[in-house]
Amino acid sequence: MGNKNLAAKTAFIAGVLLVFCFGIVGIPHGGLVESIKRQINLGLDLKGGVHLVLEVHVAEAVGSETDRAAAQLESDFQKAGITGATVGKTDPAHPEVITVSGIPSTKVADARSVMNGNDYASYDLATTTEGNTTLTMKPGAIRDLEARTLDTSIETIRARIDKLGVTEPEIQKYGLGANEILVELPGLSDPGRVEDVIQSTAKLSIHEVAGGPYNSEQDAMQANPAGVPLDSILLHGQGTEGAPDQVWLLKRASVVEGTDFRDARPSTDQNGRPNINFTLTTDAGDRFYKYTSAHSKTSSNPGSMAIVLDNKVREVAAIDSAIRDNGEITGGFTQQQAQDLSLMLRTGALPASISYLETRTVGPSLGAASIHSGVVAAVGGMLAVMIFMLIYYKGAGINADVALFLNLVILLGFMGFSGSTLTLPGIAGVILTIGMGVDSNVLVFERIREELRAGKTAAIAVQQGFAHAWTTIFDTHVTTIVSAAILFLFGSGPVKGFAVTLVFGLLANLFTAVFVSRVIFDAHLANKPRGAELSI
Amino acid sequence: MEFFRDTHIDWLGKKWYFLGFSLIFSVAGLLSIFFWHHIPLGVDFKGGTQIRVSFTQTPNEDHIRHAMDMAGVHQATIQRISDPSGKAANKVIIALPISSASDTAHDVGRERVESALAANYHDSEFNVEQVEIVGPTAGKQLQHQAEWATLYSLIGMLVYLWFRFELIYGVAAVVAVFHDTLITIGAFSLTNQDITLTVIAAILTLIGYSMNDTIVVFDRIRENLGVSRREPLHDLVNRSINQTLSRTVISSGLTFLTVLSLYLFGGEVLHGFSFALVVGILIGTYSSIAVAAPMLVAYQEWRGKRGKTAALPAVAKKRAKA
Repeated sequence: MGNKNLAAKTAFIAGVLLVFCFGIVGIPHGGLVESIKRQINLGLDLKGGVHLVLEVHVAEAVGSETDRAAAQLESDFQKAGITGATVGKTDPAHPEVITVSGIPSTKVADARSVMNGNDYASYDLATTTEGNTTLTMKPGAIRDLEARTLDTSIETIRARIDKLGVTEPEIQKYGLGANEILVELPGLSDPGRVEDVIQSTAKLSIHEVAGGPYNSEQDAMQANPAGVPLDSILLHGQGTEGAPDQVWLLKRASVVEGTDFRDARPSTDQNGRPNINFTLTTDAGDRFYKYTSAHSKTSSNPGSMAIVLDNKVREVAAIDSAIRDNGEITGGFTQQQAQDLSLMLRTGALPASISYLETRTVGPSLGAASIHSGVVAAVGGMLAVMIFMLIYYKGAGINADVALFLNLVILLGFMGFSGSTLTLPGIAGVILTIGMGVDSNVLVFERIREELRAGKTAAIAVQQGFAHAWTTIFDTHVTTIVSAAILFLFGSGPVKGFAVTLVFGLLANLFTAVFVSRVIFDAHLANKPRGAELSI
Repeated sequence: MEFFRDTHIDWLGKKWYFLGFSLIFSVAGLLSIFFWHHIPLGVDFKGGTQIRVSFTQTPNEDHIRHAMDMAGVHQATIQRISDPSGKAANKVIIALPISSASDTAHDVGRERVESALAANYHDSEFNVEQVEIVGPTAGKQLQHQAEWATLYSLIGMLVYLWFRFELIYGVAAVVAVFHDTLITIGAFSLTNQDITLTVIAAILTLIGYSMNDTIVVFDRIRENLGVSRREPLHDLVNRSINQTLSRTVISSGLTFLTVLSLYLFGGEVLHGFSFALVVGILIGTYSSIAVAAPMLVAYQEWRGKRGKTAALPAVAKKRAKA
């Protein structure tokens, strides 16, 4: 091998070293430690924070969509002069099915043409054995709606989290189960507050009151001997501040709901109590106006409306006059609740309610302690290994130590460039990398010793040693990379964190233990007379 | 300096001792798994609520329990944490069973424990360091996913070894790795330590390490097979193990050193993790020599008895380019 070739290789190694050093510290400003911290993402288990996994109940979105369609169908029937038909949902286990019964035989054709209209294009029509007609939401439409619901939920949660002022929050779909969202908030330590902000007002809507209040569900059932009508539901709550728990019969389809609110501000009513002023979108304002003018005190059909929050009645009010797009909610809020609720309304309500599957909080002190002892242990272990290599393999020990050090630099550089996160399990990957890095060097050195024992010259022994060890190193590394890649594809969280550092570490190791170490040997031998002894 | 030079140990001749040794540990682990501590799953997989609290002074567990009882939290287990050297730290883990973390009432347990401590524990100040609440759904999902990911990665390794060597090599390596995993999980069961997500990462590490170790031996077997086809397989495998012995002892010894340092100085959070590695590195090294290699020879001899030729890897054509 010529010296020119060797110089080129050395330059290449120096270049690689420089590039990955850049990956670790970036363009250094501030101290070294700060620069490293800026480049290498630490996982929540190392820097502290809140980790939440929540599930979005997407079926609810399907339910409210079909509720709205049922209400629309009813009014379309009225417009078309079809009377006597009942539209509703009979099976709570199948929120995607709307059942139409009692269509007068003279109107069947008219009803058909209404149901075949464009407004119901996302439904499949069918006739049951009892002669009823069912509209079932098409599977594709359900999938779309569910996907949209999940996306909207993520956007909404992100908007709310942003208001908390968390730096670099992570909010994304979580691969483990369907309809799950992962929320990671570095630096926070109170999961209760986070959950409150994300969830407290998961779903807000205004409904028409159809009956009540009753003192209990039994009373409500007695007052409605025929049972709860298909288009209505029974809900608990307090109609005014400090009132006992009561039950109302409400129309299932909401007049307006979460996404219809354009703006909301905390305010105070004439008695100085906190309340919320809201503004509706134009579209919803029209709907609200139509409804409130039809049911105001002065109309022929006066009624009241209920404001429902998380399936609980928060406020029931008679409709004084027609309202278009401005109104207020007085529900006996504290100042904080009024503020939080208006924040939720401003950022948009969640399209479906959510529940928590997993909450993890690591206090910053524990994370720091883990890093500290982890680093101390890893550095201590590595130093011991390096010293041993120097003693056991003498001159060649330097190769191993340089290769190990370079390996670590490249591994961390990879992490910096790719923006991957270093977690506790990731440190496990680093340890396996160090283990296999040492092993690669040992394999090569033992092989070279064997060749030397067989009487070969230093240059031949080095060449043969690398050639034979390479087969083994190749197989061990590819096997482990294959398994790590599979862990990366199918795993999440800790399993993934482990796989990431392992793959990077092994790729780096192939470079350092085989290429770099070889160059050092060659450089060493190039400066010596032919037949010189090798320090190994 | 050299520790091993030209060793001539008849490893395969000791296969019955190895078998006995492996059986004792596997069976002890299995008995513990089935009849004693079962597989002690951490809150990650089992579900439940776990709160790590640090106190400014030595915590009094009876007072903590009393504080919980007064607030009506009765099912809490309270456990003092000790660092690996065995010294008790001023830290306590308060755990509530699964029922405290249903998918619907997720956060109730944590609030009750925190308020119980705040209201009824007066010995010293305290600080909640870590909270883990895992609902039943999430626990199951995590468990299934870890199991499937591990299984797939084993299959991936098997297929690669099949391609590079022969099917039997892949099978023997995977059996050895399975043996290591079983004994390590058995060790967790015997010592009644919880298997958490970080322990899973450690088990993945030991799988990787054990596999690495086995391949080194297999590779030497393949190489020797290419050179001397006349030599009885029994002797050839023995020779291969002896030739790689120096590397095996040094590599494993050094990795063991790193892991031991992690176990001793790595802090309490890494305790279970480094315990798994300490056990795993030892057993992983042992299994390459004592499980994988004898299995390979036993299979080839069994084939030989049935009059078939031994399945030998085609060395020349599949050798990687150096």
